[in-house]
Amino acid sequence: MPAEKTGTILVVGGGISGLTTAVEAAETGYDVYVVEKGPSMGGRVAQLNKYFPKLCPPTCGLEINYQRIRKNQRVKYYTLAEVETITGQPGDYDITVKLHPRRVNENCTACNACVDACPVERPNDFNFGMDTTKAIYLPHQMAFPMRYVIDEKACKGGECAKCVEACKYDAIDLNMEPETISFKVGSVVFATGWDPYDASKLGILGYGKAKNVITNMMMERYAALNGPTQGKIVKPSDGEAPQTVAFVQCAGSRDENHLSYCSYICCMASLKQSTYIREQYPDAKITIFYIDLRAPGRYEKFLNKIEADENVTFIKGKVASIIEDPETGGVIVKAEDIMGGGIVEQKFDMAVLATGMQPTTAEKKLPADLKYDENGLIIEDPNKPGIYATGCAKRPVDVTTSVKDATGSALKAIQTMVRR
Amino acid sequence: MENKLGVYICTGCGIGEALDIEKLTAMGPQNGAAVVKTHEFLCGEKGSQIIQEDIKDEGINTIVIAGCSPRVNFDVFDYPGSLVERINLREHVIWSHTPNDEDTQMLAEDYMRMGISKVKKMELSEPHIEEDLTKAVLVIGGGITGMTAAIESAKAGYGVVLVEKEDKLGGFMGKLHKKLPMQYPYAKLEDPGVEAIVAKIDNDPDIKVYTSAEVGAIAGQPGQFDVTINTSGGAVNAKVGSVVLATGWKPYDATKLDTYGYGEFANVVTNVQLEEMAKNGKIVRPSDGRPAKNVAFIQCAGQRDPEHLSYCSSVCCLTSLKQAMYVRQQDKNAKAYIFYKDMRTPGSYELFYKAAQDDAGIFLTKGNVTSITEDGAANVVVEVNDTLLGAPIKVAVDLLVLATGMVPTTADEPILNLQYRQGPALPDLELYNGFADSNFICFPYETRRTGVYSAGAVKMPQTIAESIEDATGAALKAIQVVEAAAKGIAVHPRAGDNTYPEFFLQRCTQCKRCTEECPFGTLDEDEKGTPQPNPNRCRRCGICMGACPERIISFKNYSVDILGSAIKAIDVPDEEEEKPRVVAFVCENDAYPAFDMAGINRLQYNPNVRMIPVRCLGSVNTVWIADSLSGGIDGILLIGCKYGDDYQCHFAKGSELANYRLEKVQETLDRLALESDRIQLMQLAINDYDKIPSIIEEFMERLDEIGPNPYKGF
Repeated sequence: MPAEKTGTILVVGGGISGLTTAVEAAETGYDVYVVEKGPSMGGRVAQLNKYFPKLCPPTCGLEINYQRIRKNQRVKYYTLAEVETITGQPGDYDITVKLHPRRVNENCTACNACVDACPVERPNDFNFGMDTTKAIYLPHQMAFPMRYVIDEKACKGGECAKCVEACKYDAIDLNMEPETISFKVGSVVFATGWDPYDASKLGILGYGKAKNVITNMMMERYAALNGPTQGKIVKPSDGEAPQTVAFVQCAGSRDENHLSYCSYICCMASLKQSTYIREQYPDAKITIFYIDLRAPGRYEKFLNKIEADENVTFIKGKVASIIEDPETGGVIVKAEDIMGGGIVEQKFDMAVLATGMQPTTAEKKLPADLKYDENGLIIEDPNKPGIYATGCAKRPVDVTTSVKDATGSALKAIQTMVRR
Repeated sequence: MENKLGVYICTGCGIGEALDIEKLTAMGPQNGAAVVKTHEFLCGEKGSQIIQEDIKDEGINTIVIAGCSPRVNFDVFDYPGSLVERINLREHVIWSHTPNDEDTQMLAEDYMRMGISKVKKMELSEPHIEEDLTKAVLVIGGGITGMTAAIESAKAGYGVVLVEKEDKLGGFMGKLHKKLPMQYPYAKLEDPGVEAIVAKIDNDPDIKVYTSAEVGAIAGQPGQFDVTINTSGGAVNAKVGSVVLATGWKPYDATKLDTYGYGEFANVVTNVQLEEMAKNGKIVRPSDGRPAKNVAFIQCAGQRDPEHLSYCSSVCCLTSLKQAMYVRQQDKNAKAYIFYKDMRTPGSYELFYKAAQDDAGIFLTKGNVTSITEDGAANVVVEVNDTLLGAPIKVAVDLLVLATGMVPTTADEPILNLQYRQGPALPDLELYNGFADSNFICFPYETRRTGVYSAGAVKMPQTIAESIEDATGAALKAIQVVEAAAKGIAVHPRAGDNTYPEFFLQRCTQCKRCTEECPFGTLDEDEKGTPQPNPNRCRRCGICMGACPERIISFKNYSVDILGSAIKAIDVPDEEEEKPRVVAFVCENDAYPAFDMAGINRLQYNPNVRMIPVRCLGSVNTVWIADSLSGGIDGILLIGCKYGDDYQCHFAKGSELANYRLEKVQETLDRLALESDRIQLMQLAINDYDKIPSIIEEFMERLDEIGPNPYKGF
């Protein structure tokens, strides 16, 4: 029979991978701390409108995972939190975590009175700056925890304090200080996920120069009901419906100058996003410029479905440049057309750059003895127990593969604490 | 336990300003409450302290909290040992309806009555723990996936029974010459290293291995599976707690491919045959045994082809790149040609593709194979057009390799041989081309047989690296389910739920609806057809409860009677008042949060609808519809998850079954010349909250056309 189980696991990152590792370990009988750097859980998938290939809402699965946390006292989570130090050895680590001040305490009932009172606007990072929130805001409607937060950079502080006045529940503390907490764990799982590759490095593809060039993650926010346009896909230049849209695959991925790997999900993401557009605009025409169409496994069926749509055209070839069309405000896409031969130059209302995933660890290394590859991905050492990496922290993958890996990482974390 | 009821009404977040709280308070004593209190900040420290004190000092053990959604402040209003019912006055009443309006007040009062009547009928549940539980894991399949699942389970301290069909462990990995690189920089092939893994298993006293063996039968339930293993020496029995299905794949039968010369020309082989040659030390031309110098590979030999395998096998591009490296390593002057549709080396394996591209002796191009012939020297002549070079290509090679795909072992055989009333195999695998996959992107280990988890290539085509991760995840789930069985609690999605369905079998008519409809095959039958519960297979969705025409299935806190009492608690105004009443049975997992979102967005909708959250739409018993109609309710809505091939129901079949049952009810109503449109099922995803006002309005308009329920007032 198994030994009596004790022990606590630290999961760094509260996205789909971290949540999965946490609830799976907790439901097996272990205590878990989740440390999330953002103001709410859910990570990148919370920003997605739908998942491929089912076209189902990510919030559906997130809600179940939040329910699992609600019902399981073994999961403790901290938002606006970052791990500062990890010392010790497998089975016995000392952890310190810095809690950034939320300036809203647990008295918050999410009644929204503070937002009505707040006079300051800030760019909404959840929507990639495409709209604004007040300086005090709910991260998004499905936020878990359902608690407001103050953007310290935007907030005018004590000189304003209108929100403090408006709050009946003493939930706002403009003088909240950062705090450092410490606890002990037996093992650590890094589920630190990814950021969208910085499209401003893709100037040749018009990002930041041509108004109607957006990224695939911006498209997710446009299409989402809780996005900047309440779900309506529009051209950023004039808010009008696009009639022709180009998808630019491998925008930064499979490119020695940017990300040397393939980001795994972008082909499927663009196929999925073509359904968003086609659903809203039945006459819209879409062209997908690609190197290889990567729809592995049973995703092929989804590719077949899109290929059957006569309004979607596929051109095999890398896009060389995108510029703004001075006449229309649209975009001019110049690309190879390998199968047709030669170079094509086509005008579109809008271009979507299928930008890839970059591990968060590309920019910021973690406070642990870890090795990273040329792209900043964590290289796991199979012979070193105690500290693990999971999901897109390790290599770019889709959601379901991340969840499998995260479930397995829960077991690796548990094994560290089992004394046989 | 005698119920002692306390009712606590929060007046914060605008509730106190939008409703007549005095009236709501007066409803407490009218409905048998020993204590009624209001507080302007019930979720605050002082508010929750009031409840704590009443539990301690007044002996309150049945608590109604009227305030915000149960989806928030779950940690505040958590009183172990007490029954707690949350009434959602905030999101579902005041945020969605006109303040200080007669209809809004009536809605709030109905919700008070409904909540109180429900909780008064509830009982605290004790977990049901079976005796003689075992925590060992059965792993079926001794390839890399099965071996990994076995080793990882054992490393966590659990015993393993590993069953392998062949006479030794290793599976396809044991037949490989080299494997793909497992880690950065993903450039060099690695030794498969199967011997070391097998040795680890042989030396692990917690892993019992049966080779040349197959699973003849699995009976029982999680924590208590009885397994019959057919070995060469006869049948052996084992007791295990859970199962990992890791029986992998078979190569697609290349003789079915009529266009590539397989079986016709001696020097056309499959990728599996090439691997075998490489493992045996020499890649040769089968026609004459001479070393193969120039080798061509055709990708998607059967895959991505509706005539053969409609899916992509994920690993064949990588395999051909690997095998092209074998060809080049055997002879540095050799050439390898790979003809593909799309080069699929997703993720970090792009770096491996790059490594192959860096070798000038490996020639890669997209292309369509137009002809395959044989020349006088038994060379295979391959013609390809639509290539990246623009012009057609013609090459004569020593050997042509067909990159054939993977067929899951579950495509033709049940393998598990479950002794379940619903049959021996995992159901619905045709949805996944025969793979033992999950329908859920977020929950890839969900199968419709509790305690059975698939991993590796039997689940989807995947690489060794992915299979190892998948196997580790499946091992965790296998461990988790035996731990849940030991505590008598449910696994996902109602993880931790300690209620379970109880059957009042004296009244059972053996109609078999429950045994047929449970999506998880929980119930077996005796020879008369009486259901035989297996609580550890149960997910607590209540679909059996919805199915039972005799209403003999109930949970301590969820039953036909409990929810029926909520329906009866609705105050139905007379016809003259022109206030129609609608009961909406709402899936608590997706539709209920969508209504919360509607509230958060202050979307306004018709106040004549009374929502009753249900565990799953499949748990809705049609008697509730009859109760509603006979009580004068004008319309009934069932709001739940999308069904069909891409179903979103967390209990797989719940909303689909609800729809099926509803159609039957509608037929009956039509026969009785009653308007079946009074009852409708709506599919609503969690993010469809914007549609709520309009779907309710359309339904109300239809009701208006139909007119009031003729039973009203009887």
